[in-house]
Amino acid sequence: MWFASPDEVRGRLAAVDYLADDGIATSVFLAGALGKPLLAEGPAGVGKTQLAKAVAEATGARLIRLQCYEGLDEARALYEWNYKKQLLRIQADDGAWDDIFSEEFLLERPLLKAIRSDEPTVLLIDETDKADVEVEGLLLEILSDYQITIPELGTITAERRPYVVLTSNATRELSEALKRRCLYLHLDYPTPERERDILLAQVPALPASIADQLARTVATLRALELKKSPSIAETVDWAHTLLALGRTELDEALIGETLGVVLKHNSDQVRAAKELGLPSR
Amino acid sequence: MTTNTASLVDRHVGFVHALREAGLPVSPAEGLDAARALMVVDLAERETLREAYAATLVKRPAHRPGFDLLFDLWFPPVISGTEGTAVTEGAEPRELPELRERLAELLMGDPADPAFREFARAMVGRFGQVQAAPGRQSWFSFPVLRALSPETLVARMLTAMLDERGGLPEKVARWHIARTIEAFTEAVASDVRRRIAEESGVEKIARSAVRPPIDQVDFLRATREELARLRREVYPLARRLATRLSIRQKRGRRGRLDFRRTVRASLSTGGVPLTTHLRPPRPHRPELVVLCDASDSVSTFSHFTLLLTFALREQFTKVRAFAFVDTVDEITGLFAPGADVLDAIARLTEEADIVRFGRTDYGHVFERFAERFPDAVGPRTSLLILGDARSNYQVPALGTLKRLAGQARHAYWLNPEPRAQWDTGDSLATSYGSVVPMHECRNVAQLAAFVETLA
Repeated sequence: MWFASPDEVRGRLAAVDYLADDGIATSVFLAGALGKPLLAEGPAGVGKTQLAKAVAEATGARLIRLQCYEGLDEARALYEWNYKKQLLRIQADDGAWDDIFSEEFLLERPLLKAIRSDEPTVLLIDETDKADVEVEGLLLEILSDYQITIPELGTITAERRPYVVLTSNATRELSEALKRRCLYLHLDYPTPERERDILLAQVPALPASIADQLARTVATLRALELKKSPSIAETVDWAHTLLALGRTELDEALIGETLGVVLKHNSDQVRAAKELGLPSR
Repeated sequence: MTTNTASLVDRHVGFVHALREAGLPVSPAEGLDAARALMVVDLAERETLREAYAATLVKRPAHRPGFDLLFDLWFPPVISGTEGTAVTEGAEPRELPELRERLAELLMGDPADPAFREFARAMVGRFGQVQAAPGRQSWFSFPVLRALSPETLVARMLTAMLDERGGLPEKVARWHIARTIEAFTEAVASDVRRRIAEESGVEKIARSAVRPPIDQVDFLRATREELARLRREVYPLARRLATRLSIRQKRGRRGRLDFRRTVRASLSTGGVPLTTHLRPPRPHRPELVVLCDASDSVSTFSHFTLLLTFALREQFTKVRAFAFVDTVDEITGLFAPGADVLDAIARLTEEADIVRFGRTDYGHVFERFAERFPDAVGPRTSLLILGDARSNYQVPALGTLKRLAGQARHAYWLNPEPRAQWDTGDSLATSYGSVVPMHECRNVAQLAAFVETLA
């Protein structure tokens, strides 16, 4: 068992500075209790990857990460035979044909490593939407039965089920088959109240009044129709910026000067300056 | 105990059934997952129960609002309160100022506060019951909001929240108040639905209350909030479409034979070309000319489609856009890269010369278009016409349109009206449709499917 109740999840994640709301706490708890992978989807920078790291840290488990990208294949995700070593072995000893497919020559990749691990493991499959569609097919066997079939060695079943977290930025729809096997958690921009608490947890030196102002200002920015809304990570950066500047008051001039920390498109900055009535630069 | 379990199972099955009825694709396996989740969570914690259902059954963010609404109906926060004091018209209860005072206090605070919903419930009990027909009482949110009228509290709340008015602090405070007022309106509506459900059955209200998910919302019937949400969907949608298109381009066609590399490779096999090498495929990127009806009846649809085409501009070699009501003008310049798209839409109506008399006239528009921009449509162009084909009984100019379509590589017509309404009244859908293939395009899902076939 990973967690005993959603409340325990909340407490233990808070201890590692990850503030979970009802949705996060419940699905993190269920993923452990039902032994199902957790698919976290949402815009960039709302703490999807951080969630997996926090779970690993809170439970003292080992974190194994598989970063997905275009062109990721079995050899990079699952396992590969160390053919150079195999060649050397054959050259060194002519009768060695039979035992070149053994543990010794197997290169473990993240998925196999997570399945075979005998200590508690959190497997993070990051940015699943960036990988090709075929990789999803590969994941299906692993995620539903927690086993991997290697033709030369047979089927390897997990002795201890890893806690699996998949993340996705929704640049494409993941397949229905994959979604059906997962618990789904949609992470979105937080309410100003929660964002304030996140700021205070991440940037302890920040005065509470500024955190409150920042959270509400960012929420107002998100309400505008922008190309790219500011993420939590960017809000945290903003707080760091203000601290570095040594300012303890958040006024319009300061917001105008530092707007580039949270808005990275020129048209967004112009729009925000216009709608919020900031002094133009 | 057994009766308890039985009733829980019934409720669960009924709820899953209602979700399917509202258009959520819940598979039996997911239903079982949800049931398993019910065994491990504390059922008395309502929010935990809600999230447990959401995690196992709702796999698309667009389905979440409908899910929340149905959850509130099937697992109501309180059971009670069909009693209420019927309000007599006109008579104001004496404690109304105090209630409004309390409301203002709550609206300035955190809407997640349980007291917030409790107050909303109490107020529905207090003001929400109205004589629907002689001898029949029913519940409405309108009288609640009218009695308390949160909008008129804004000025007072702003004074309480701010030291001085104006500038950014006021914008931020206003946004906060707008958000909490919306939350209050929603809390009232939700409690009204609950009370109606208690009186006349869950199924009945469930069917009428759920709005379709955002990608199924009819362009021509979208509410203002839905339009704002749609516009916010443009960039994510464009990104999704672009990814899908580039996957298909990479996969589908292979390039022509690279003779030189094939011969070179054959040297290592003694001159026998065992493997062929192919040139990388040349991406097929059509030129796009969009001709869009900017009259009020279809402008929501046209604007959205324009936004989407410009968000997708990397997928085309060139995009040119023209707008018309009863005469036509080029609007490509308004959508220059980096320009603010909402500004562009606003400037469209002010700056572009598209209106003579103000009644849509497709025939005249096609003639003018062919005359003013003769080089716009060429053999590499995909011509895209957006409009409802309602021409106010003017001359259709089918010949000109036929010539334009003939010049183009492809021509498509997207019509935001449901197919059943084509050819009714002044619609020329079939006549135009015989010249340019016409597609029904009522919602984002249909539009996305069309864009995929286009590029």
